[in-house]
Amino acid sequence: MPRSVGLRAFVLSVLIFAVFLLAWHVAVRGGGAGAATVDPEYAKLVGAAAATGGQTPMPGPIDVGRTIWKHLSDPFYVRGTNDMGIGIQLAYSLARVLTGFGLAVVVAVPLGFLIGMSQLVYRALDPFIQVMKPISPLAWMPLALYTIKDSSLSSIFVIFICSLWPMLINTAFGVASVRKDWLNVARTLEVGPFRKAFTVILPAAAPTILTGMRISVGIAWLVIVAAEMLVGGTGIGYFVWNQWNNLSLTDIITAILLIGLVGMALDQVLARLTRFVTYPE
Amino acid sequence: MALFDNPFTAANRLGRGCVCGRHGSAREHEAALRTEAFEAGQASEESRYGRVVEQAVMRALFPEDGRRRAFLKAVGASTAAAALATVFPLGAASEALAQTGPIEKKDLKVGFIPITCATPIIMAHPLGFYSRHGLNVEVVRTAGWAVIRDKTINKEYDAAHMLAPMPIAMTMGAGSNPIPYAVGAIENINGQAITLATKHKDKRDPRDWKGFRFAVPFDYSMHNYLLRYYLAEAGIDPDRDVQIRSVPPPEMVANLRADNIDGFLGPDPFNQRAVFDGVGFIHILSKELWDGHPCCAFAASRDFVTTLPNTYRALLKSIIDATAHAQKAENRKAIAEAIAAPNYLNQPVTVLEQILTGTYADGLGQVKRDPNRIQFDPFPWDSFAVWILTQMKRWGQIKGDVDYAGIARQVFLATDAGAMMKELGLTPPTATTKTFAVMGKAFDPAKPEDYVASFAIKRA
Repeated sequence: MPRSVGLRAFVLSVLIFAVFLLAWHVAVRGGGAGAATVDPEYAKLVGAAAATGGQTPMPGPIDVGRTIWKHLSDPFYVRGTNDMGIGIQLAYSLARVLTGFGLAVVVAVPLGFLIGMSQLVYRALDPFIQVMKPISPLAWMPLALYTIKDSSLSSIFVIFICSLWPMLINTAFGVASVRKDWLNVARTLEVGPFRKAFTVILPAAAPTILTGMRISVGIAWLVIVAAEMLVGGTGIGYFVWNQWNNLSLTDIITAILLIGLVGMALDQVLARLTRFVTYPE
Repeated sequence: MALFDNPFTAANRLGRGCVCGRHGSAREHEAALRTEAFEAGQASEESRYGRVVEQAVMRALFPEDGRRRAFLKAVGASTAAAALATVFPLGAASEALAQTGPIEKKDLKVGFIPITCATPIIMAHPLGFYSRHGLNVEVVRTAGWAVIRDKTINKEYDAAHMLAPMPIAMTMGAGSNPIPYAVGAIENINGQAITLATKHKDKRDPRDWKGFRFAVPFDYSMHNYLLRYYLAEAGIDPDRDVQIRSVPPPEMVANLRADNIDGFLGPDPFNQRAVFDGVGFIHILSKELWDGHPCCAFAASRDFVTTLPNTYRALLKSIIDATAHAQKAENRKAIAEAIAAPNYLNQPVTVLEQILTGTYADGLGQVKRDPNRIQFDPFPWDSFAVWILTQMKRWGQIKGDVDYAGIARQVFLATDAGAMMKELGLTPPTATTKTFAVMGKAFDPAKPEDYVASFAIKRA
């Protein structure tokens, strides 16, 4: 039975997608068919739609498909500083996200442990966390550019600062809610603090910590696109900005699609990891 | 005046003939001058600069050429040179002008915003102007004016394409911390336009524009000042009767399409792009408001200019060289093709060609021809800076007493640009200020305060 549900869901997904493509195709076909013909010299100077008195329409699924194919068939070319393949742009973004995220893990997990294990530290740091948490990552950007004086480090810093909070809070929460029974057992066995942290608390809190990491990586991937649009240079966000500058919607749609797919892949990796450390009770 | 002639030879005339008296026509003279400058380039740099200085000194001492000749005949060339050297430190002066020496830093980064105003900065890369002057320059496309500003302040960029008023604002600390900046050369003159949404094609009189929403690229931009000027001339108060927003140029076209703004005064290619995409029409070219107005600039920090003088000179030389190349109508098509590539402007070639050649569709069904739609003239007139300052004062961006001439001289390095133009065989203007008219109203750079006071609509 579950297998057939899966199959039916798949068929339904494909169906929805097909309907969507068809609707898109039909919707954009209508525009730009004005009858007013103009002077051929003028027509040569403007876009096809503008020549007949219309506006350049939204691109249809066929145009977008062609663009996607063009980008995917040659993703790793480098033709100068400002013209690189989409694969290279994605790699830049991923490298930034993973660096910032890695730094955040290094800071957030130990700090979260500390906060989770000590009421005092928790109470002392709580106001800071509450104030820092809701700040939009991009609000940090000008400050980072000004103080760090390096745009690629600044975007890594922004990723770092925005991935920090969910991990910190989840780690603290996971550590604080380890079952009292287990801690009591550890105490009666006179386990040292390090051993207690690694053999009792870490395994117990691991699923919560990884959930925090999963949220963080999702946010980091959201933020990198915006950060790169702002700072420019390289990365998929810069690619979007650059195609925006070219007013090329087909390229933007291609980028959106790829951003979604990569984000999904990142999320799936952490979901797998979470499942791996979850234990049945 | 053949630039590198020996002024100590009686046979040579330094005076004001054709200009030098050795050629039949001005054109012939210019051509000869260019070959000469080129040949002189092969000769040792030092003696070349020496000649320029000696000429200037001799010309100052003997305003009349006849007297100089008489003097030389009487005492002999070498005596004259020696006598001159005792009263005037010729060596030091030529050294100051030449500053010969190795380029301190060959690998440079220059930031640009992908608009046609940056044409000389960009095309110098594919067409080899940087390498011709011994530099390895990377031109980096940048996402916005504020980012360009921050990246040059951070020294990620050695120099950058900026809006002409930006270095002035930065030097004065308007909108950022005060950091001394310098404009080495003007990138382009003219080349902007007011574009309106197609639905306003019957409202061609600016007096009907009350309640309109406009976009300009940056607060400290010629676009902002020209649009405000144009509106105010029509009796529209730009702060009360309309809305003026700061919007990145590509978004101007998108906002026009989305009916979110009624028009913009923006840089090309976006005026032409709005026409190309069928969302707007070109109401008026900015050259019709002020023919020959500056727009964008090639800027670097004072720090860069003084600590890496040879590098700066080589860079400025490449830019001025490229600017002169871009000014020639016969090169424009090739330039359009070179800078349309994804690595540079990333735009359709036909759009860029229309801007650079001046044969363009206006968005109302007509093909217009104006070869001077955009022009390239590197000379940073001090009076341009003074005019910009008067408008900053007029609209309340700067307050109190302004040292117009002082700031203009400090930021717009007209003398350096002039010297560089001479070296390249171009003829720079002899003065650094000039008068001009904006929308028919004369501007006298010597009386900036009177100019500000003369406007009916102002915030100062």
